Amino acid sequence: MSSTTLGMILFLTFVAATLAITFWASRQTKTAADYYAGGRSFSGVQNGLAIGGDYMSAASFLGIAGIIALSGYDGFLYSIGFLVAWLVALLLVAELMRNSGKFTMADVLAFRMSPRPVRTAAGVSTIVVSIFYLLAQMVGAGALVGLLLGITGEAGKAWTIVGVGALMIVYVVFGGMKGTTWVQIVKAVLLMGGAALVTLLVLGKFGFNLSGLLGQAAAVSGPKANPESFLIPGLKYGTEAQGLAGKIDLVSLGLALVLGTAGLPHILIRFYTVPTAKDARKSVLWGIGIIGVFYLLTLVLGFGAAALVGKDAIVAGDKAGNTAAPMLAQQIGEDIFGPVGGTLLLAFIGAVAFATILAVVAGLTLASSSSFSHDLYAHVFKRGQASERQEVVVARLSALVIGAVAIGLGILAQGQNVAFLVALAFAVAASGNLPAILFSLFWKRFNTAGAVSAIYGGLVSALLLVIFSPVVSGGETALFKTADFVLFPLSNPGIVSIPLGFLFGWLGTVLSKEYNAAKYAEIEVRSLTGVGAEKATEH
Amino acid sequence: MTTREHDASVYEQVQESSEFQELKRAFRRWTFPMTVAFLVWYLLYVVLSGWARGFMGIKLLGDINVGLVFGLLQFVSTFLIAWAYARHAERKLDPIADKLRHEVEEKTQ
Repeated sequence: MSSTTLGMILFLTFVAATLAITFWASRQTKTAADYYAGGRSFSGVQNGLAIGGDYMSAASFLGIAGIIALSGYDGFLYSIGFLVAWLVALLLVAELMRNSGKFTMADVLAFRMSPRPVRTAAGVSTIVVSIFYLLAQMVGAGALVGLLLGITGEAGKAWTIVGVGALMIVYVVFGGMKGTTWVQIVKAVLLMGGAALVTLLVLGKFGFNLSGLLGQAAAVSGPKANPESFLIPGLKYGTEAQGLAGKIDLVSLGLALVLGTAGLPHILIRFYTVPTAKDARKSVLWGIGIIGVFYLLTLVLGFGAAALVGKDAIVAGDKAGNTAAPMLAQQIGEDIFGPVGGTLLLAFIGAVAFATILAVVAGLTLASSSSFSHDLYAHVFKRGQASERQEVVVARLSALVIGAVAIGLGILAQGQNVAFLVALAFAVAASGNLPAILFSLFWKRFNTAGAVSAIYGGLVSALLLVIFSPVVSGGETALFKTADFVLFPLSNPGIVSIPLGFLFGWLGTVLSKEYNAAKYAEIEVRSLTGVGAEKATEH
Repeated sequence: MTTREHDASVYEQVQESSEFQELKRAFRRWTFPMTVAFLVWYLLYVVLSGWARGFMGIKLLGDINVGLVFGLLQFVSTFLIAWAYARHAERKLDPIADKLRHEVEEKTQ
């Protein structure tokens, strides 16, 4: 049996299991709190695993291992930013948000503000961030399938995107938060298991001598003129050839990564799935543990692929290095257990990669459809007069529509270099959402004008800076290769747009006279003590 | 059921109480400086990765260099800060928060 057939069987097993979970979850999903927040009945450990499942995207698993395999140390920079970011969520956001919100990010922002403008802004930003992130994953899925399951040609890739999109819609529409969370838990366990297994085999081959692994990685895949440079920063981000702008770009990327996580809507709604703020704290602690260990594993996977598969073979498989981890699995399996072992391990890692994509896209679809229904439909269009039942129906319908849009855009963007969309989603989240959330929770004077200008100001500045950056035009690696309208030298807008977002939030606030002391007292007391926090539903 | 105005005045009373002020101080005095500290520590790492590549390349043990150890220290510091926050919250924040929550819930019932 070939590895693609076996991979397909394993993947279909995962699909069957998750569909069964979804069917079970759909029978448990009755109220709005069930659909949006899984009835707030998950334990801290379960939600911690789901946080890992939601966060460890194909970009982190295949992408970071690939960057390390091709450019050495620089992939590590990415994973560190992704991890440290969780401290912002743990210390400043998770518990306070669980205490004062209900279903979406906007619940916290709109608490003491005029609800319609704030919910409109938060809804727009949630949908924009989630669609960017979703699109990157969908295009990635199309590219991956050719490499992992041997499906080639435009039509095959397009059908893969349709298949991934259809599954994601089924998970979200029928399973709601409960189904999606379980899909993420299963995926997190599989991903950690697969990554840990390959890591152990690789380390075992090197007699658990990390230095030996690094030395061989540099010798096999480092630049011939200077293999040592493979083990220090600078082969991919802020290279010496790019000069000062490249290095500032590196800092800009680092800022967006570390500040973006706590503003990502699909991450924020995870805090609502547990019964209390203490469980939210516990789930972030578990999330940090799982994500941290996972990134340590990808470090070994990346350098392992560089040492055992080699840069030339990896680039022949995929220019961006996305197949480094699966190729390593096949290589190490073959080295230790013979050809059958290689086939088995490749099939397993390939199936895990697809499970990863599915779980992440489902989380993104859920976040954007929840915000559409709860913020835009129920509170803006219906002015808070929608019944719970109507809200859930609209949430399901909008998941269907958003899923269809993501499928369409994913097919159109096939073959385009859209990897920058993940970094852009982080930049928008850090520039617009994070200032609004932090000011809402901690700044007495903050008001409607401040919240609206922080969100739109941060969102628009990040978008404009990217449109006029070298990512979009003016060069071989740009989205539009033939046009050139570059006005901003950096690929990552964060270093400018994040301070701008905070500045807009401050400026909007001081220019408006609105201030409600009683409402501030309420959110401050509620967020810190948990008075009046939403309770878990009983079944 | 109580009216919203009544609720609001309860919240303002709690906000002014010395116990709540103590909770707020204990929360902010720990989390705000710690946030600044880990962001500075992380940015130091990013800046050194951009501008001090010679330093990052100094070998410590075989092919294990300063850059790798510095990166791994970011993991260690993240785990330690998370653990320390959980301990601080359990010891200093949760007892006051639980007490205030029970008091308010009794008043508003």
